[in-house]
Amino acid sequence: MSALVQGAAARMLTKGNEAICLGAIAAGCRHYYGYPITPQNDIPEYMAAHLPALGGTFLQAESEVATINFILGTSASGKRVMTSSSGPGISLMQEGLSYMAGSELPAVIVNISRSGPGLGGIAPSQGDYFQSVKGGGHGGYRLIVLAPHSVQEMYSLTMLAFDLADRHRTPVVILGDAIVGQMKEPFRPIPYTPAVPPEKPWALTGCAGRERQNLKSLHLKDNAIEVHNWKLHEKYERIRKEEVRSESFLLEGAKIGIVAFGTAARVSKTAIQWARKEGIPVGMLRPVTLFPFPEREIRELAPQADVLLVIEMNTGQMVADVRQCTPLHDRIEFFGKPCAMPTPEEILVRIRSLSGRRGGADR
Amino acid sequence: MKTESEKTVFERPRSLVDVRTHFCPGCHHGTIHRIVAGCIDAFGLREKTVGVACVGCAVFLYDYIDVDVLEAPHGRAPAVATGVKRAQPDRFVFTYQGDGDLAAIGTSEVIHAANRGENLTVIFVNNTTYGMTGGQMAPTTLLGQKTSTSPYGRDFRGDGYPIRMAELLAGLEGTAYSARVAVSTPAQIRKAKEAVRKAFEMQIKGMGFSIVEFLSTCPTNWGMKPIDAQKRVLGEMSEFFPPGVYKERKQADFA
Ligand SMILES: Cc1ncc(C[n+]2csc(CCOP(=O)(O)OP(=O)(O)O)c2C)c(N)n1
Ligand code: SF4
Repeated sequence: MSALVQGAAARMLTKGNEAICLGAIAAGCRHYYGYPITPQNDIPEYMAAHLPALGGTFLQAESEVATINFILGTSASGKRVMTSSSGPGISLMQEGLSYMAGSELPAVIVNISRSGPGLGGIAPSQGDYFQSVKGGGHGGYRLIVLAPHSVQEMYSLTMLAFDLADRHRTPVVILGDAIVGQMKEPFRPIPYTPAVPPEKPWALTGCAGRERQNLKSLHLKDNAIEVHNWKLHEKYERIRKEEVRSESFLLEGAKIGIVAFGTAARVSKTAIQWARKEGIPVGMLRPVTLFPFPEREIRELAPQADVLLVIEMNTGQMVADVRQCTPLHDRIEFFGKPCAMPTPEEILVRIRSLSGRRGGADR
Repeated sequence: MKTESEKTVFERPRSLVDVRTHFCPGCHHGTIHRIVAGCIDAFGLREKTVGVACVGCAVFLYDYIDVDVLEAPHGRAPAVATGVKRAQPDRFVFTYQGDGDLAAIGTSEVIHAANRGENLTVIFVNNTTYGMTGGQMAPTTLLGQKTSTSPYGRDFRGDGYPIRMAELLAGLEGTAYSARVAVSTPAQIRKAKEAVRKAFEMQIKGMGFSIVEFLSTCPTNWGMKPIDAQKRVLGEMSEFFPPGVYKERKQADFA
């Protein structure tokens, strides 16, 4: 912590979940609300221990329904605010998230996802992909979704999440899982440099020196709700244009292009390095933003590679979005491991079996 | 022009916007808005207030009261207000909620806000029905009362009993002030103003959660003329929901 405050970038050994807290605090977040659920409890526990000394507020809510509405209120007050949860808790937040999207309120929502549906289990999973990137709640909205695959990114993408949330006035989701949340590795707590000065003239602070204002999602007059929907649409289009982030990993000359995010991508990196040693030309395109999705990058990769191997810790969700990026559907292969982390060995077996295949033509 | 001997005895509160409301004739929401606006003026709070509107007939609070207003999802106003108050403890924060909003879908949020002693004020409008959605049964609907979803009258064997929120919340440690009032006579309106003033004062002094429950009319969904609706409030509604102060924290027992 003290290294952070002084802005030094010495390496620290930290758990992913704790790195999220460090990133949030570095980005000026002083309000955190949440409700206990595995596997993210170290986030509220860290915030409960550290926010008071920083003059901030930690509050344990009576439910995730209350949590997201505390978040709504603090966001509307113009403050940076964060919550974290998992599976069932994230489901309970969907109504509030829809209101926040409609009212254009920024916040950071961390989903250290677990397996489902229902109570499911606490095993790591990427089963919340659709829920995260397609909106999740009612009414047709999008949330920016970031998918960290390392402790470093748990830290730096959290800082980015606050910037994106404020820049576009939208909730931003950090989609992790029990593996990136619990794994410990060294990372550099690079100092936070504000990308946008968080000036929020729309915040509700009392109407001293100005006309009263409001924040709402209800639009009843004339065609106001239609106008509002188009306005939100334009915002999502702007986000698609400006905020796509992805990593190219050993894609140079790759004939097999893996597409994976988060923990699945992390494990794939090991398998790719092993395969490269065997002389197999394989690389990876890793979406860092799941919404906006790196559509252009995938569209350009597809004709260069003979196969796109989509790897997910579910039975196939992101693969549907990959298919939408390219007409070359017969090149797309899928390896899914619902509710468990694939091992590098398992991925290597898939890579070997696909090696030498030509553009899907001879299948 | 006013002459020396003329004295203003009645005027629109500064915080009440000068527009025609959408409320039905004989509905008490307008009267309650005026009382709230008047108390905001009385304490000079207009420029430091954030109101939280509920989902229900009072959703347009921001068109009628001249303060910053935030919209909450149905029932969640006490949680939204908590988020506002925790971020801005020096601002004055109130919610305005119907009985479906507060006593059905939002029961959990109001109980926990009260139990935390959240330093905010709830204006609770009990009209024994869901006004906005067309007169369905509410948790406050009286036994035997016919609504569109209790067409044979509310029967405790299937529908349970009307819930008395002012009493229930008074039982919580964190509640500083809980009162029930009505606005069907000039004397009641005076008492109601006094209750809202007390509730506001609790927040200003940092004493904790305060709530004023209003017995209100919904002539439209009750299928009554405004005058008969007033009579119902004074009669069977006041019998089951007795007006009164159920909790008033003294400075001493808070400290
Ligand atoms: C989650 C959710 N469920 C249902 C509704 C529909 N709804 C809107 S207002 C309302 C009830 C309003 O009744 P009440 O709170 O008693 O206020 P009143 O209109 O009588 O003033 C309901 C059920 C909604 N907006 N959101
Ligand atoms: S429906 Fe009932 S509560 Fe709503 S404005 Fe009309 S009278 Fe008032």
